[in-house]
Amino acid sequence: MQEQEMSDQNKAVVRAKGIEESYGLKKLLTRHKLTEEEYGKIKENLGRSPSFSELGVYSALWSEHCSYKSSKNHLSRFPTTGEHVVMGPGENAGVVHLKEDLCCVFKMESHNHPSFIEPYQGAATGVGGILRDVFCMGARPIALLNCLRFGSKTHPKSSWLFQEVIKGIGDYGNCVGIPTVGGNVSFDDCYNGNILVNAMAVGLIRKNRIFTGKASGEGNLIYYLGSATGRDGVHGATMASDSFSSEDEEERGAIQVGDPFSEKLLLEATLEVLEKNLVTGIQDMGAAGLTSSLFEMAERGGSGLNVNLDKIPVRAENLSAYELLLSESQERMVMVVEPQKKKAVEEIFRKWDLAYAVIGQVTKSEKIKMYHKGKLEVDVSFKDIIKDAPRYNRPMKFKKKKIKSNSFEKNIIEKIREFGIKNFIWKILQSKADKSFIYKQYDRHIGSKTVLSSDNKGAAVMWLGDEVKNHPFLGLVLSSSTMERVCYYDAQIGGEHSVWKAARMISACGGKPLAITDCLNFGNPEDPYVMGDFSQAVDGISQACKDLNTPVVSGNVSLYNETDGVSIHPSPMIGMVGIIDDVRQAKPCVVKEECFLYLLSPKDKIFSFVGSEAQTLCQINQELGLIEPIRADKELQAMKFIRDFSTSESFLACSDIGASGLLSTVIQMLIEQDLSFDIEVPENEKEQYLFSYMPGSYILALKNKNDILLQKLRQNLTHYELKNLGEIRKSVLDYRVNHESIPKQETLTTYRSSLPL
Amino acid sequence: MIRSQKDPIALMNFPGSNCSYDCHFAFKNLWNIKLQDVFSCDRVLAGDIRGLIIPGGFSYGDYLRGGALASWAPIINELQGFIKKGGKVLGICNGFQILLEGKFLPGALLKNTSNRFICEDSFLEVSTGPSLYQRLLETKISLPIAHGEGRFFIDKDGLKNLEDNNQIVFRYQEEKNPNGSISNIAGICSKDGHILGMMPHPERAISPFSGGSGTAGKQVLETFLSMCL
Amino acid sequence: MKYEVLVQLKEEVLDPEGRAIEHNLQSLGFKEIKAIKVSKRYIIEVNDSKEESEQLLEKISKKFLSNPTSQTYTLNRLN
Repeated sequence: MQEQEMSDQNKAVVRAKGIEESYGLKKLLTRHKLTEEEYGKIKENLGRSPSFSELGVYSALWSEHCSYKSSKNHLSRFPTTGEHVVMGPGENAGVVHLKEDLCCVFKMESHNHPSFIEPYQGAATGVGGILRDVFCMGARPIALLNCLRFGSKTHPKSSWLFQEVIKGIGDYGNCVGIPTVGGNVSFDDCYNGNILVNAMAVGLIRKNRIFTGKASGEGNLIYYLGSATGRDGVHGATMASDSFSSEDEEERGAIQVGDPFSEKLLLEATLEVLEKNLVTGIQDMGAAGLTSSLFEMAERGGSGLNVNLDKIPVRAENLSAYELLLSESQERMVMVVEPQKKKAVEEIFRKWDLAYAVIGQVTKSEKIKMYHKGKLEVDVSFKDIIKDAPRYNRPMKFKKKKIKSNSFEKNIIEKIREFGIKNFIWKILQSKADKSFIYKQYDRHIGSKTVLSSDNKGAAVMWLGDEVKNHPFLGLVLSSSTMERVCYYDAQIGGEHSVWKAARMISACGGKPLAITDCLNFGNPEDPYVMGDFSQAVDGISQACKDLNTPVVSGNVSLYNETDGVSIHPSPMIGMVGIIDDVRQAKPCVVKEECFLYLLSPKDKIFSFVGSEAQTLCQINQELGLIEPIRADKELQAMKFIRDFSTSESFLACSDIGASGLLSTVIQMLIEQDLSFDIEVPENEKEQYLFSYMPGSYILALKNKNDILLQKLRQNLTHYELKNLGEIRKSVLDYRVNHESIPKQETLTTYRSSLPL
Repeated sequence: MIRSQKDPIALMNFPGSNCSYDCHFAFKNLWNIKLQDVFSCDRVLAGDIRGLIIPGGFSYGDYLRGGALASWAPIINELQGFIKKGGKVLGICNGFQILLEGKFLPGALLKNTSNRFICEDSFLEVSTGPSLYQRLLETKISLPIAHGEGRFFIDKDGLKNLEDNNQIVFRYQEEKNPNGSISNIAGICSKDGHILGMMPHPERAISPFSGGSGTAGKQVLETFLSMCL
Repeated sequence: MKYEVLVQLKEEVLDPEGRAIEHNLQSLGFKEIKAIKVSKRYIIEVNDSKEESEQLLEKISKKFLSNPTSQTYTLNRLN
């Protein structure tokens, strides 16, 4: 790169003077989603007006999506440290120690706005992005999960969005060759204008082989690797930070398109150069493309960069500096390489048939300087732009605290009685059941690690067998959840329940929760009630994480999920990772043989219709209900009991009771099998037992009633009781609940009619 | 337990052959055998190789047609000679597609009738015929499938040929055809039974607690091994 | 010289993608749609003279761009 005759700074100033006059400031700022105050801050930061490219850079880095300006002050309250935590938030993904030198790398990210506009590509590129976050640290991804929310099943767009999102996730993950083993999906009116697509990736890495995204070492080369750059997604980051309005069809231009085959080549090339120690810093290009990668790397490494944008491999003509900087073309990485390793690294890039170029060098200065066609387009201090990013303490308002009303539960029970048990359970199954249409489109078994996955209807279990010498049957347990209806009712309690739900799934399997990642999907942060919910959800999640000892090691925030002034329910999506010593003892949720059913529940029963599927179906306003906060020490006792008991061969299966209730849980445990059940619950509280959300309660399937270990462990249950619920038999007879018959065949048909829409 | 020999079985890798790891894993765990990796850009197959596995995955992203681009790779030129010398070949899923595109077996594989990818356990019938698989495997087995383009197609005459020569090794059981394959075909072999192409994944059905259900895959791979050693 | 090669499934082969699109359009109310078949269109630029190009392209279309077992192709010169 040639240095200019005139000083760089002067040249930038001369060009910058033109912006405000030629474009009209107001229009320019609106286009870049910057406030006038923020623009003032930019000028202060630079000591002058920004060039057009610099304005693009600031608008991307200071967008909500990249800077977390509305949420940062709250996220700092999360517990992020612990004995298992190797790397917490702030890196590409979180790292947790498992056993010996094996660690787990994982993160969840949202791709909500792009998926609403172009669902196939939005979902596909969401998967691509999260995979890169994991493998750019040197971890080989071993599992994917996806958490989805769609609008009402009858909303005209839902069917198309649903089918395309599933296809996009499946096609991308299957082609890259990572099994998609879990996740969750549901439908609610509040998502009519804003669907949620949260993708989570999990990978494995050795403790001393973790790479970070930092640029350091004067003279080191900056490499661009991967697909050539086009115009896709220019300003995708700012689009994500923007709410939709009904006239948004023109946004279609900002969609990135994914190529999973390139991603696979990129993955192998990346892991190979990292394994051979050829790289000192590495970062993937995600939201805000090259800009965010370079600035973040510079800031982490404390070094400036000189970059020549002309060197970037391109696949469109006449890309401006602005477009080069902000393009979100997929499947690209930035790597920092010592000059003496140039030959070795390029050989590997060529082996994997990937486009690459040296686009710059690391310098000693504090500045990032980017040149294009001989002109200095960007001349910004990396320290200030990230350090001075706006941080808002947005005003908050809080919903009134609820007071229980007796009529709430009474009305629901009356409604259920009007339907009758049989018809009501069919309503629930139709609404909540059979996800096989979805998960059969995902390759769940590639990689030889999958023990339990989506068809299990509970947590996923991955066998780590040959990775850890002294623990040949070690496993990872993965779950995800959010309880948005409880959050809507009370965001703090909902935040807690969302985390505990994920922990219960892991515990039901016999696993021990270790840490979480999260994707906080909320509405417009400029609405004080949304901000209040956000803050309370953070508090609820934090409390749960402290009680469970599952720190937050990574995460993502997605705000502005609002259309025409209506926000989604607060939906903090939790992705949890746990560990199990012996995968052969992992308990499925599904039963395949005759056995006894038991209910493990708190001695002082908690029935909650708030957040239950029953309440939604009865259409009773939940404002008048009450849900208890979590009783941590009691729940932990139940979790320990299940874990200790899981070594018994007589213990066949276990499932926690969620929002769809006990009866739905029992049915789903055996509906695909040639089995029938006969259960009985206290008649005077029948509806509560069968259909309410019973937080912290589980159904256990036991082969032998008189199991010695069971009798022993039972004695230690002070807060919980284990009561016989009934039996499962190989039989053609109908299901029976409190001596009432539920026809088997019709139940199966109803269960299977739920999807596709 | 079959004694391991020095790499007599090779695994052919193309860019995007995702199931290579699973094949390695299966042979290592079952018989402590290390498969010799062979790559698409190689021009020569080592002389001591007796068996060749073409694994599943998305070679070249499945661009153009599944298996098409792979069938033009340099290493495929070696396949003819290898087969002439009596070499044994097992093509799994994408590997089956590559064998068909390369005309080593007759027919073509098309998009599933449902127009969707499908990952589930398949239920198969094994017929009688010239291959060792048809002599050694049980008549009914279950193996996992995972494919978007698994619908086997061949014209009337081609089908008659396959039937007359008993080359149809695997068929999906009646009422359980997951992809619309003609005559429920899930896997076929060459006239002499030395080449087998199959859509289901035997390498995924070897462990009692991981992968697809069951361990029938072990029998399939063991049969292939017996043919090679 | 520019050519287009259109590749589609043979008549007797089921086209599930075409069928799915057809059903979707019909369910959106476009009852006039009778049938849809999906084909791929390759646009190829060549340097050679007309005769040599067409020979080359026939070969490429038959051997590489289409699979004669299940597909047919049509070769057209553009402009």
